[in-house]
Amino acid sequence: MTSTALAFLSAGFGAGLAVLGAGLGIGRLAAAALDGTARQPTATGDIRTSMIIAAALIEGVTLFAIVVCVLLAIKA
Amino acid sequence: MTNLLATLALALATTQHSPEPAQHAAPAAEHAQPAAATEHAQPHGAAAPAEHGAVAGEHGESHDGSAEHGGGHGEGKETLSDVMLGHVSDGYEIEFPGFCHGGFSFECEVNLKHVFGDSLVLHFGSTTIDLTPTKHLIMLWLASIVLILAFLVSAKNRGLVPRGLYNFLELLVQFVRDEIAVKNIGKEYADRYVPYLCTAFFFILFVNLFGLIPYAATATGNIGVTVALATFTFIITQYTAIKSMGLGGWLKHLTGGVAVWLWPIMIPVEILGLFTKPFALTIRLFANMVAGHIVIMSLLGLIFALGSPLVAVGSVPMALAIFGLELFVAFVQAYIFTMLSSLFIGAGLAHHGHGEEHEEHAHAASGAGSEHHGSHGSHVAGGSPGHG
Repeated sequence: MTSTALAFLSAGFGAGLAVLGAGLGIGRLAAAALDGTARQPTATGDIRTSMIIAAALIEGVTLFAIVVCVLLAIKA
Repeated sequence: MTNLLATLALALATTQHSPEPAQHAAPAAEHAQPAAATEHAQPHGAAAPAEHGAVAGEHGESHDGSAEHGGGHGEGKETLSDVMLGHVSDGYEIEFPGFCHGGFSFECEVNLKHVFGDSLVLHFGSTTIDLTPTKHLIMLWLASIVLILAFLVSAKNRGLVPRGLYNFLELLVQFVRDEIAVKNIGKEYADRYVPYLCTAFFFILFVNLFGLIPYAATATGNIGVTVALATFTFIITQYTAIKSMGLGGWLKHLTGGVAVWLWPIMIPVEILGLFTKPFALTIRLFANMVAGHIVIMSLLGLIFALGSPLVAVGSVPMALAIFGLELFVAFVQAYIFTMLSSLFIGAGLAHHGHGEEHEEHAHAASGAGSEHHGSHGSHVAGGSPGHG
């Protein structure tokens, strides 16, 4: 396999793994947020705000990996 | 969701390396699979797409035009990934609909290099610094002008009972001050940093929103812009830390409180740790903005990759949904940047307050700050502007 092919392959794998990580992380976050809302519906607003902030932060980390994958796919 | 589609976008872009975008038998068959799979989730078509359809249609039309343009050149056909990268990256050409080439066209171009020529290219001996404005820079100026105009015009409605646009802007400014600044910095020192935090919030918000307008570009999708914003936060954070701990105290923090013989390891690590936070701010804002646009463009680009207009029936509503997500992400990223900036500033202040004798005041302030937390909690439930 040439280095170009390896670069494309790793870009694809990396993007898939990044999505896996984001899905698991944000899924757990959403589950916890829904649990909390179910236990105390009056705290819905606070929980929703925190959930959005945490989701944006987790997504930010995932996008680090995506940036690396895009670099690989473009420069290869 | 964005990540899933970013993966699809990546797959799409990387298979487009060969110069004939219309003749992709094998990859087209592969892509028909995920396209068909994603067409299953299609409740978005019901949302009134009248005005949005015009926007997306215009977008798609400009793609159509540029794809034809690329095909007509003959020297080297434009691939899908070229179009996508061209839309997202900075350049010297600005496109707009207007009258040129005799008659109305959707793709009048202004090449800024031709407008400015060599007048802004500075030569210092052997180095050249090219200061010609680029597309993203023009977008930054436009966003700043719109921002300044919005605040100046609405300030006329200031009064005991604000009305109109001023009311809405005051809501946002109050949100930044109470929910972001006071909660993280503490009531005592928040007012010093509210101007910077408001500027960061509104500037990033307006620049992000500008990217969603057809023919305009997202300047925060340029890593130079986000690095500059993160640098401002870094400078203010370190200045605050140095002012509150003194230069000696700040340097002592860099050693991390370990024994002297560990300093050669500790100090570089701590210095590196100083830079991870602004780096994360940079990459988070940049990648969020760029990823959204790439996803929209690759969804629309599927139409051209698969070669059939029927794909538009599934592709355009999905692109509309991602457009809505992008709108939301624009607000959220502005909020996250501002909140993290205030968090870092507050962390710098929390160590000693301003000098040792004010420590009790600082603690009382943060105590009052967390009290505000409780009373403002119900506030947030009503109208959080962060929800777009």
